[in-house]
Amino acid sequence: MQIASMHFKERAHDNMGNAQLQGNLQKIKGKFVAKRRESLTELDDFEATREAGKAIRQRALDNLDVWLEIFEKNAVARGATVLWAETPADINAYVLDIARRHGVKKIIKSKSMVSEESALDEAIEAAGLQVVETDLGEYILQINDYEPPSHIIGPALHKSKEEVADLFAKTHGTPRKTEIGELCLEARGVLRTHYLTADMGIPGGNFFVAETGSVVLVTNEGNATLTTTLPKVHVAISGIEKIVPTLEDVATLMRLLPRSATGQSISNYVDILTGIKGEGEFHGAEHMYFILVDAGRSAVLSGELKEALRCIRCGACMNHCPVYQNIGGHSYGWVYPGPIGSILTPSYIGIEKALDLPQAATMCNQCGVVCPVKIPLPDLLRKLREQQFERHLRPWTERFGLRAWSWLASRPALYSAATRIGVRILAWMGGRERLIRSLPFGGGWTDGRDMPAPAGKTFRELYAGKARR
Amino acid sequence: MRVGFFVTCLIDLVRPSIGFAAIKLLEAGGAEVFVPPTQTCCGQPGYNSGDRAGAAALAAKVIREFEDCDYLVAASGSCTGMIKTHYADVLRDDPVMLQRAAALAAKTHELTDFLVNVLKLSQVPGRFTGTVTYHDSCAGLREMGVKQQPRTLLAKVPGLKISEMTECETCCGFGGTFALKYGEISTRLADNKCQHIANSGADAVVLGDLGCILNIEGRLRRRGDSKTRVLHVAEVLAGTGKE
Repeated sequence: MQIASMHFKERAHDNMGNAQLQGNLQKIKGKFVAKRRESLTELDDFEATREAGKAIRQRALDNLDVWLEIFEKNAVARGATVLWAETPADINAYVLDIARRHGVKKIIKSKSMVSEESALDEAIEAAGLQVVETDLGEYILQINDYEPPSHIIGPALHKSKEEVADLFAKTHGTPRKTEIGELCLEARGVLRTHYLTADMGIPGGNFFVAETGSVVLVTNEGNATLTTTLPKVHVAISGIEKIVPTLEDVATLMRLLPRSATGQSISNYVDILTGIKGEGEFHGAEHMYFILVDAGRSAVLSGELKEALRCIRCGACMNHCPVYQNIGGHSYGWVYPGPIGSILTPSYIGIEKALDLPQAATMCNQCGVVCPVKIPLPDLLRKLREQQFERHLRPWTERFGLRAWSWLASRPALYSAATRIGVRILAWMGGRERLIRSLPFGGGWTDGRDMPAPAGKTFRELYAGKARR
Repeated sequence: MRVGFFVTCLIDLVRPSIGFAAIKLLEAGGAEVFVPPTQTCCGQPGYNSGDRAGAAALAAKVIREFEDCDYLVAASGSCTGMIKTHYADVLRDDPVMLQRAAALAAKTHELTDFLVNVLKLSQVPGRFTGTVTYHDSCAGLREMGVKQQPRTLLAKVPGLKISEMTECETCCGFGGTFALKYGEISTRLADNKCQHIANSGADAVVLGDLGCILNIEGRLRRRGDSKTRVLHVAEVLAGTGKE
């Protein structure tokens, strides 16, 4: 996917002015936030389940190499092939190579965010093959010229029913539908023919299970099931961090994932796919491949942001983020938006290409308290800020300002003298209304606010004065 | 009981009356209040902007100034959150200071939490005629567990009615330097908050952090609302809110 994270501020500005998008974003609160809260009441002890989920994910990461090898051994024993993609480009090369080997003409995909990292669909088309996205959201984006997703579980969340109706009428050459049910039926009709005629199916992978060599797929539309049962070649793609040791671990994580994502007790479909079609078996792929993707993950694993790899991609952090709720996913400029995206994007594509992302957070920690695997998101954002500070990737004025402040605040007598003058000037600037309309060097602050003027004397001097009396 | 009062730089510089209100409440609860005269800033601006060294110097200074007290109390969830939940990380490379930070963290309280859970204040000096709505500031709520404490105390103020706003736990958009760096996004978040405050029908919004107060009051006034008062919970409880 093209990287646009350097244009964060402009994109956020545009998106805040987009009335249609703003209306759609409002729905997140009812759709995701309220339903999640409601569904958590079904769990006896959500906090204990969160703690268990965190422990499972952390255990997998702490010995990731070992679990990956166990996974490979078990997957191969069941007739699958495991491929290791070091870079995003490797993903595309592997897929095209597999397609050539099996004479594939048409590929169907269910949702895979990892394949967005490598722009797999565009690479498949460039190689002269056909690719069809089958997740409804992803399908909508595909037929709109590969518009980027704006949310990891609701990729077309920014689109309205009306926009989709126009798009369907234009692309399918059918009369324009107006009801959501009709639109879904139309998409289903179109996609069914693709399922039946495709030679290769590519799903993502919510979890890879080491003990069985299986991939677990969590969906609501059933498209992953069709994608992985009808075509003869099956290629599951996901990041290396998605491994979990056992099926029992999956059971625990599945108590957390759908509830945190959509507020469902369980998603409509959960597929666990293990190995190729056996003798006498009716379902399953003839050829099964796993592409396990690094693309920056092993570097994160060995660094101070490691905990971010616990992520199970539920989207709760973005759903609850006041910044995301107001600027939408496209502002972040790459595959993963919101708080987790603000950590993963700089980590995977380079911090110098995403300078705003670690900074554009209020540190309110709403993300941290909803994360089902307890990723301390604000703490990780702060670590990225430290890297930016150390590598001089922030404006010199900011650096100077911070240093000057801590220098002054470490010298009480000087601080006292300087602040006495400062507050008097600011109080004078406030005038009779005691509001400062415009503050030099504080443009971002007074562009949208009237700064309440200081009282004019510091607490310290008033308190000292009282003590003397 | 010797309570070290951490004024916070914002209260010191912008609205000292909050500090005096807090001291009045602490003394009403029977505490002997000590205000270390050399105190300045807790180090949070540097810490949240990536200047770990600057933050560590100020953290060590706060520890030296307050560790002899029985408690450290501040009228801010943000600054007490910094001291209680982040000093351990700020000072992680200095084993001796780390231990002293942990000792200070254990006796650090946000004002309303201290009044309710330690001093067990049964009456408050303040009076208020009208309806207020309470904004839960992020660090107070999510780092210090401050939720019921201010409401319990406000319920003791004669004449005061509480009308909760929707999304009272959602960030007002201040975020320290965030408000300067991303003024437009910050303003949008503040706008949402102002709307919820207006919808609550309250005469005043009450909260426990001056940073959020400046943000919310600043946006309310720019939007042309000169009526809704923005008060620190200490001012309401002590009965020293201006006007």
